Amino acid sequence: MLSTTQVILSIIVMAVCTFLTRAIPFILFPNNEKIPPIVLYLGKVLPYSVIAMLIIYCVKGISIFVWPHGLPELIAIAYVIIVHKWRHNLVLSIGGGTVLYMFLIQVAFA
Amino acid sequence: MKNRILESFKAAFPKTLPVFLGYLFLGTAFGVSLTSRGYHFGWAILMSLTIYAGSGQFLGVNILTSGFNLISAAFMTLMVNLRHIFYGLSMFDKFDGMGKKKPYMIFSLTDETYSLLFSTKPPKNVDEKWFYFFIAILNQSYWILGSTIGAVAGYLIKFDSTGIEFAMTALFVVIFVEQWEGSKNHLPSILGLGISLICLVVFGMEYFIAFSMLGILISLLAVKKGVEKNA
Repeated sequence: MLSTTQVILSIIVMAVCTFLTRAIPFILFPNNEKIPPIVLYLGKVLPYSVIAMLIIYCVKGISIFVWPHGLPELIAIAYVIIVHKWRHNLVLSIGGGTVLYMFLIQVAFA
Repeated sequence: MKNRILESFKAAFPKTLPVFLGYLFLGTAFGVSLTSRGYHFGWAILMSLTIYAGSGQFLGVNILTSGFNLISAAFMTLMVNLRHIFYGLSMFDKFDGMGKKKPYMIFSLTDETYSLLFSTKPPKNVDEKWFYFFIAILNQSYWILGSTIGAVAGYLIKFDSTGIEFAMTALFVVIFVEQWEGSKNHLPSILGLGISLICLVVFGMEYFIAFSMLGILISLLAVKKGVEKNA
């Protein structure tokens, strides 16, 4: 566990970096002038790729060659995709998916 | 003037109710995640006040529990919130002339606030700048409320919360699904998934993010013409 100073410093860094991502367009283009097309293009497509990357980041610790071979993650992610496409309800997809995952690793695959 | 501000609030409130449910739940899951790792509930509230980012704060739990490293904290926070740069690009006109409220509008530009601001038209009888401001500040108050409930509960009630961090994975999967449904060209999503997976296998858990980012950037620039043609 981090010390109080370390926690405060980490929170400051996270707060500043989060604000920065939201403020960058307003800092770079204060007068709403012409934005270079390459920036517009990357701004449009990067978020798609990065979210996909973050899903991989979330499951990076799975060992597929050892029981349960990432099955709990696979089942829970499949549930989230199907239920979200069906109902588009955050509580059902994220809430239900999290409860399902907790059940899978605490009980079913324990 | 006072009346118009009140009318703006009355018009904004019902629009934010869907976010109320979502944030109450997500905030609770975040609060529990943090305090179940031994942190005081005050930290969760402080984070929701100052950082205010769903996925960013879940990642924050990882950052606070995986050793002290400010560089990696900064890098990962920038990565996870990168999509917000795009949000600002489409808010120039709406935020123009918001004066003292503008910095807060930029600070509070989360996924959900962005989509509400983007899709909701203020009724004629209200002041549109106050209307947008109330949407933004109501949403954050729901987020703070949720994280406080979760953090205090996780602090007082000891239960086996193993696996609750899956809420972060689920959140990214949900964003992924919504992005997929909202776009015609899925190449950027597929490239992100494929390149990250390959980099994870090749470079391992610790270094794959940096290599993935590089690979994604290069490949996106390489397919620029094709993507724009099919957009």
